[in-house]
Amino acid sequence: MSTHATAGDAATPVAGSPRPAAGRWWRVAVPVVVAAAWLAAYLVNEPLWDAVVYHLLGLRPQSRLGSGVHFFLTDSVKIVLLLAGIIFVVTVLRSYMSVERTRALLGGRREGIGNVMAAGLGVVTPFCSCSAVPAFIGFVAAGVPIGVTLSFLIASPLVNEIAVGLLATMFGWKIAGLYIAAGLTIAVSAGWVLGRLGVQRWVEPFVFETRLGGQVIDSTAGLSLADRVRMGREEVGTILRKIWPYLLVGIGLGAVIHGWAPQDFFARYAGADNPFGVLIAVLVGVPLYSNAAGVMPLVQALHDKGLPMGTLLAFMMAVVALSLPEMILLRRVLRPPLIAVYLGVVATGITAVGYLFNAIL
Amino acid sequence: MHIKILGPGCANCHALERRTREAVADLGLTAEISAVTDYPTIAGYGVMSTPALVIDEQVVAAGHVPTKAQITGLLTAANTGH
Repeated sequence: MSTHATAGDAATPVAGSPRPAAGRWWRVAVPVVVAAAWLAAYLVNEPLWDAVVYHLLGLRPQSRLGSGVHFFLTDSVKIVLLLAGIIFVVTVLRSYMSVERTRALLGGRREGIGNVMAAGLGVVTPFCSCSAVPAFIGFVAAGVPIGVTLSFLIASPLVNEIAVGLLATMFGWKIAGLYIAAGLTIAVSAGWVLGRLGVQRWVEPFVFETRLGGQVIDSTAGLSLADRVRMGREEVGTILRKIWPYLLVGIGLGAVIHGWAPQDFFARYAGADNPFGVLIAVLVGVPLYSNAAGVMPLVQALHDKGLPMGTLLAFMMAVVALSLPEMILLRRVLRPPLIAVYLGVVATGITAVGYLFNAIL
Repeated sequence: MHIKILGPGCANCHALERRTREAVADLGLTAEISAVTDYPTIAGYGVMSTPALVIDEQVVAAGHVPTKAQITGLLTAANTGH
């Protein structure tokens, strides 16, 4: 079917356009112009707000209001630009993978190697949390062990592509790399531990009774490059529409901390000297619900106030990976004891990673 | 013709339903369009990535929202197939 559609799409411009040869130029020119405009906007962002806030409005960089307002404006534009770029590129790249292919790769794997593969595939597979339940049923019904399935479901939100991109641009590739390694390690070990605990008895029975009917169709096979680019564009719009309130709250809080919080306020409660710092960060982060883009301005502002990187990464992971809406979703297939153990094991892993990074960084 | 939109009600599911309704109206088809939000039923179709489009019990698209033109193509193919 898809081959018919592709042939039809390719034929349309030739028939409808007065200058068929122009089509090829546009395919090169449009991406180049868009990329150049993106880069120009990114580079001009900070000098522009310097001029507006400090010269046009006459606010002083040393003043609380001046630095807070400047932080808010600069960060809003910077994060929206970064988000658009990251989401587009990641969506197009990931469209070459699919949940169906991931399941085929995981089918019949033993625990251990299965957990490692599942965590890795969790990062590269196109996956939205709204598909978590059908994917869980599909994996388990196809014989993928529960622990391996959970490694996939933990890695997918924990190693978040938006967080990777933002960490890399704000703190460098070393921190981004450590974050990826830590997220994968937590997903592998938490899935393995949960599998060892024999949690099958806490999975809703209907999952095992579901018979997979129909033919499995690979969700991203047979798409043309134009389809993948269109999906990338649409995904940027969908995600920005969904997360802008979280983004504004995150940047607003970041700006307040940046401009108004006393220099030693956070360092006193969650600084490197406080042995409970990471624990506090995780306990605060778990009930908070935001996404990677919303939490990053906070992380940046808190980093400026002297909080150690391990504590901040633990905070971010707790906010992004463990959330009430996700638990409510998983409750459809997992019984409360398993939800509790899941939360406990993942939170413990995140805390351990936080302390480890504070010790080595 | 029976058309089902499989998905728990996320933004993409609504987009798929909207485009499908437009395509059906443009083609002048008489079709019964329903949204399936129940997880066991969705999984029963073998679908793991939502939203998915089912025409007369055949899954024709899953995991992404096709364009209206593509949905029109899928509907025409299914319609002439009977």
